[in-house]
Amino acid sequence: MAETSPPRLATDKLTAMYGKFSAVKGVTVAFASNRVHALIGPSGCGKSTFLRTLNRMHEVTPGGWIAGKVLLDGEDIYASGVNVVGLRRRIGMVFQKPTPFPTMSIRENVAAGLKVGPRLPKPEIEEIVEQALRQAALWDEVKDRLHTSALGLSGGQQQRLCIARTIAARPEVILLDEPTSALDPMATQKIEELLLELKRDFTIVIVTHNLQQAARSSDSTTFFYLGEMIEHGPTSQIFTSPKDPQTEAYITGRFG
Amino acid sequence: MRRVRSRIMVGLCLVALVCAVVPLLLILGTLLAKGASSISFDFFTKAPATLGEPGGGVLHGLLGTLVMVGLACLACLPIGVGAGIYCSEYPASRLATATRFIADVMNGTPSIVVGVFAYAWLVARTGQFSALAGSAALGMLMIPMVMRTTEEMIKLVPNALREAALALGYPRWRTSLTVVVRSCLPGIVTGALLAVARIAGETAPLLFTALGNQFVTTDVTQPMAALPLVVYKYATGPYEEWHRLGWATALVLILVVLVLSVAARLATRSRFGTRG
Repeated sequence: MAETSPPRLATDKLTAMYGKFSAVKGVTVAFASNRVHALIGPSGCGKSTFLRTLNRMHEVTPGGWIAGKVLLDGEDIYASGVNVVGLRRRIGMVFQKPTPFPTMSIRENVAAGLKVGPRLPKPEIEEIVEQALRQAALWDEVKDRLHTSALGLSGGQQQRLCIARTIAARPEVILLDEPTSALDPMATQKIEELLLELKRDFTIVIVTHNLQQAARSSDSTTFFYLGEMIEHGPTSQIFTSPKDPQTEAYITGRFG
Repeated sequence: MRRVRSRIMVGLCLVALVCAVVPLLLILGTLLAKGASSISFDFFTKAPATLGEPGGGVLHGLLGTLVMVGLACLACLPIGVGAGIYCSEYPASRLATATRFIADVMNGTPSIVVGVFAYAWLVARTGQFSALAGSAALGMLMIPMVMRTTEEMIKLVPNALREAALALGYPRWRTSLTVVVRSCLPGIVTGALLAVARIAGETAPLLFTALGNQFVTTDVTQPMAALPLVVYKYATGPYEEWHRLGWATALVLILVVLVLSVAARLATRSRFGTRG
């Protein structure tokens, strides 16, 4: 994959700390626009922490702070004067466990992100909700129960609802933190198909424990080990001819 | 063996349950047996009759309790809930730690001490027993209770929910109010209700503040009756008729608390039935 156009999202010597412990050590990497980028590595390798630095969620964790830069369209998101709240509207996030808001209906959940943006007329909101649910491949399953509790949905549906909620806010980048690890194979497959669909409109960074998932659905793969980025490259290359012996050991299942 | 042990444990739990419920039923039963016969429509709508005359009611106490508890709620529920939210949002801050400590001490303070305090500061200085002083005493008891339950309820909300809202671009205050607090609102209301129920039944802090009053009044700068004060007066009085009225008043007090609880439960009921 030739990356000629400037990257949508990039990091420059990014280090993420919890107090005095560095979970991510000096990572420099670039993610091209409208691609699916997979972050892989064994548990505790820092890939989730790395993901959370990309929309400044890392600093929400007590003791969390960073050094280095994260560049969204060339601008450092950690520069002073950056509006964190506005930034998170540009970089959406889906978590490991589905997190529908329990007090809101399905419709309100999807529209939740719109409430904090510029005010929109009601018909437009309805339209965005339907479109987001369609894009998340959930519309047909919930269109007759939009006003019921989101907790009545299955786990896989809840996760797709969270994806719909994220894309309804029209971010530029979507971060997904092991979005399918709590789901069964059928639901997982649906979400993987969804990723391929979504990369037309969004840049996607996904943390996954599932190597097949990375191989199936991503364009680039980044391998983390002990907080360091070991290798980054096109998925096909990483999985067929990795340059680093550690990457090779990991993807062939010799450790991790 | 395993089964026998399980049976024994379940049995012990049942015994504990019975021990807990029996006194409650006895109290209710006694109140109903001794008080129900005196309760009529007039009992709720009339001032007490002159001694020796039949009829009369506890409107003065009923109104007094509603006014004083209502004022205390109005002033102190927002303070208690607000402080609870602060302590859960900034759990490690020095202010939160100090506030929490003070609230715990106040929760353990006997209510009569709070009454004496209100007497010294409000009644002695103005030279006037008043419903306002009573409300202040009740409110002081209420704040720490409400604050601590609010904080505990908010702590129960999964952190993932807070993060989901933040990641969606919610400012922090909005995350707290529209996602976190809303998710545990029924719990906060239950906590507030327990506090209301408790202060509605408090007698000691009112003895030297609201003092009690023979007549129906809503003037908060004057002494005012309250149900517990009425019960106290009737129960310690020498007349058979008063004892009867005392039982009935106690029953009314319990009914008031019950009605409040049910009403608040209905008001905060989830829109989605039990699941939501």
